[in-house]
Amino acid sequence: MTKNIPALISGSNSFCPGCGHGIIIRLIAEVLDEMGIKQQDAICALAVGCACLLNNTLKVDRLGCPHGRAGAGASGIKRCRPDKLVFTYQGDGDAISIGFSETVYAAQRNEKITAIIVNNGVFGMTGGQASPTTLIGQKTATTVNGRTAEFNGMPVDIMDHLRPVPSAAYLARGSVHDAKSILKTKQYIRRAFETQISGSGYSCVEILSPCPTNWHMDPVTAADRIASEVIAAYPLGEIKTGGAAS
Amino acid sequence: MSTILLQPQNCKSCGYCIRACRQNALFFSEETNTNGYHMVDIEKEKCIGCGMCYTVCPDYVFSFGEVG
Repeated sequence: MTKNIPALISGSNSFCPGCGHGIIIRLIAEVLDEMGIKQQDAICALAVGCACLLNNTLKVDRLGCPHGRAGAGASGIKRCRPDKLVFTYQGDGDAISIGFSETVYAAQRNEKITAIIVNNGVFGMTGGQASPTTLIGQKTATTVNGRTAEFNGMPVDIMDHLRPVPSAAYLARGSVHDAKSILKTKQYIRRAFETQISGSGYSCVEILSPCPTNWHMDPVTAADRIASEVIAAYPLGEIKTGGAAS
Repeated sequence: MSTILLQPQNCKSCGYCIRACRQNALFFSEETNTNGYHMVDIEKEKCIGCGMCYTVCPDYVFSFGEVG
């Protein structure tokens, strides 16, 4: 077990207390370090929203993409520099709402990129508005009485849309609400990066993450909510392995 | 031997580490860091170096180093 902060981490971050982003960025840095991928050999296509605070924390080259367009940005980078490891870092508001098309079409085009999607069920940076992944019954700034299927539609499971894509080679969903899930999520990130390096197709890891600020909970209660409510809607595990269909 | 090292300035009082520590070695200090958070502190004689605090910490407070 790694127990030292990787050199690619700048030393601190500016996320809210209890936010899962800090853990996920550290996992990415650990995986890059353990795979021997040097700082100059990884490029991140960065979303708009809380995810963009990765800028202050992870010391790899980054492209700040328009909102939702990290999948398209990463596609361009990878096609220009196929020798680099290219990954997106996005929230659910960016990748599954505004950027839904870019996310699915990057997979559909068989882009050899890895999408890291942090799902906390809200638009965090703008004040906790409902996102496509907000759960039924969940109260947010724009679903003040709780989301309903009748008025807001059902939550979007991005894996339901990526799983049928033949060129999607590796899909997994992890979580950072406890130590066991964190270590599992690290494995998923590594397998996604290995899938990209092997050239076998598109890869995506969605990661459930607490947002104590916008869930109006203390951090420990927010982590417990993932275990008690969120995982039931978004089950964890590897969803697709074995490479793209030929 | 490997020993735990803390960067309490990074702590934001989330409490994940305190819950994860099976040895009950961690607690919140009465003092606050310069960001105003009650930072985590440790009873070092209880620590067995399992690294659970490092794993669950979002703020890079914990690391382990060689001493002696």
